[in-house]
Amino acid sequence: MTQINTGTEEQKASNNNKVVKKLILIVFGMFGFGFALVPLYDVFCDITGLNGKTNTTSAAYSAEGIDESRTVTVQFISRNAKGIPWQFEPMEREVKVHPGEMKFVKFYAKNESNRDIIGQAVPSVSPGLAAAYFQKIECFCFTQQPLKGSEEVEMGLQFYVDPELPEDISTLTLSYTLYDVTGKVDS
Amino acid sequence: MTTDVIEQESHDSHDDHDDHKMTGIKRWLYTTNHKDIGTLYLWFAFIMFLTGGALAMVIRAELFQPGLQIVEPDFFNQLTTVHGLIMVFGAIMPAFTGFANWMIPMMIGAPDMALPRMNNWSFWILPFAFAILLSSFFMESGAPNFGWTFYAPLSTTYSNGSTAFFVFAVHIMGISSIMGAINVIVTIMNMRAPGMTYMKMPLFVWTFFITAYLLIAVMPVLAGAVTMLLTDTYFGTSFFDAAGGGDPVMFQHIFWFFGHPEVYIMILPAFGIVSTIIPAFSRKPLFGYSSMVYATASIAFLSFIVWAHHMFTTGMPLFGELFFMYCTMLIAVPTGVKVFNWVATMWRGSLSFEMPMMFSLAFVILFTIGGFSGLMLAMTPVDFQYHDTYFVVAHFHYVLVTGSLYSIFAGAYYWLPKWTGNMYSESLSKWHFWCSLISVNLLFFPMHFLGLAGMPRRIPDYALQFADFNKWVSIGGFAFGLSQLIFLALVIKCIKGGEKAAAKPWDGAEGLEWTVASPAPYHTFTTPPKVD
Repeated sequence: MTQINTGTEEQKASNNNKVVKKLILIVFGMFGFGFALVPLYDVFCDITGLNGKTNTTSAAYSAEGIDESRTVTVQFISRNAKGIPWQFEPMEREVKVHPGEMKFVKFYAKNESNRDIIGQAVPSVSPGLAAAYFQKIECFCFTQQPLKGSEEVEMGLQFYVDPELPEDISTLTLSYTLYDVTGKVDS
Repeated sequence: MTTDVIEQESHDSHDDHDDHKMTGIKRWLYTTNHKDIGTLYLWFAFIMFLTGGALAMVIRAELFQPGLQIVEPDFFNQLTTVHGLIMVFGAIMPAFTGFANWMIPMMIGAPDMALPRMNNWSFWILPFAFAILLSSFFMESGAPNFGWTFYAPLSTTYSNGSTAFFVFAVHIMGISSIMGAINVIVTIMNMRAPGMTYMKMPLFVWTFFITAYLLIAVMPVLAGAVTMLLTDTYFGTSFFDAAGGGDPVMFQHIFWFFGHPEVYIMILPAFGIVSTIIPAFSRKPLFGYSSMVYATASIAFLSFIVWAHHMFTTGMPLFGELFFMYCTMLIAVPTGVKVFNWVATMWRGSLSFEMPMMFSLAFVILFTIGGFSGLMLAMTPVDFQYHDTYFVVAHFHYVLVTGSLYSIFAGAYYWLPKWTGNMYSESLSKWHFWCSLISVNLLFFPMHFLGLAGMPRRIPDYALQFADFNKWVSIGGFAFGLSQLIFLALVIKCIKGGEKAAAKPWDGAEGLEWTVASPAPYHTFTTPPKVD
């Protein structure tokens, strides 16, 4: 590296400007990178199935390949996000299924207020790596649930566990969080 | 009467060196002088240190006994949040920037920082950032209460309304840090004296050079994260809101992508200061200079690929946990190189134990304790037990208080004669050192046991079995807080007068800053020195 603390004032200023410009570019680049992490994270999780997100549209099912040698426990839990006055819970806490076997379970929801509310349930599977093997054929979480004041409903979930599920996973937990999306979606 | 005389005298001698025209507040508002701005940064950091410390005193008063004594839980959360934010962004970081402003131009033989006007701006926006942050204490909604890590959805859905103030304060702090970092990089790249090659630069310059790169790489990511938080809270976006397809865990990934390099931003300059002081008082050159430089660069690089070790309990898959565990443990290698280099520098040196050396020795020992507890936390299986307990609190206070802060004290004692032209009071400095050393360990060491026994952090109440340790911790906390007032008295006394310092008051000290008079003239190295 040659020494730069020589030369005229103008040379020094232009040297400084060059470095400053590069550094400001890095700053803006990293600001953009912060936002780029959002889609990158989604893609990364999609490929690796890390964050427990399940399929958002109906999966195809064929009755072949039921693995009766294995039994997997599927647990259901539910919780309400802040500010939605619904009673919301699985009607069965836990079911045992063979991988490949189709299962139908129901969730109960009641709007305990007297105004109309649109709810949206967001699923998540734990352990996260199992999410890719939990296939929903029909789910109330695919759509929004409008409930009038005091209205109650039983909502269905039809699913199967992919027989490719890694051997070391014997229990899956499916968690639903219920959000109030009234006003955020068209009713 | 006597003080008047001393003040008068020091003013007179002061004026001999000054050729600036402004006086009073305008001198400080309009200054573009790196020494003035360094002084502003250092005083600002010290005021913020006392402010953040005052909040910590209330936290320790509340935790003195089990049960709720003096503050509401929500206010307790505000205290822990603002304490963390102030100490990180208001005390430690500005203090290091103050050192950089004062010392880097003098260490590399430059007349000033490369961009003096931007330098003025980067300091003067800081007080506004903290005014915004602290003003939220006096509002109906209260100050931020979601922890200094501001995890979504605590800071979005569950925020008490302070999110906007918090976000704008962080934006301004970020802009200030970025401008400071750009200035340091340009200064170091373009303003070194003839002959001062990169591998001849003092180690403090090197560590701050690398720190500045870390700053411009991660502060924009923090700015992005708080911007997403802002739009999620007020403009209906769903970056971190699962209802709209977002992911709250992603917030933690983005935050810690900033947050982990941030902890090295707060420790690398400390390594630089200690690497300057230990050779001076061992009267030997630093052992392994180039390995120090490469170790610093390695730590900086590794800091970008370990962030998820803060998130072991979020349900990552096994290979993720293993990857982040091994990478984290890898950081112990370059850090170990540094610790061994410091010890090897002292080996068979002619040691003397002036106050800068005492604080540096305390740094080496106590920072290493913090490093070891960091290694324990790095182990994924045991982290599940330690996560969010007082063990974590003990760990990061050992590295940030007895690490970063102690290096700041060491550096302040080392360069105070150069800054003020006077020697500090030896007896006050001993009081400061020993009171701090005993109380800081009483304060933070029992926290290890509390954490291992399961006491959670950020909670204003605790189970009865933790009462005894917490009482001792609180007593240590109050004593440590009061000890810092000794330092304040010492600094004021040193500015006002005292034994005159020679140009080079430490006989083993090396570096260009000791070739100019004490106190350093207002303008130094207007013609660059020649470095062999």
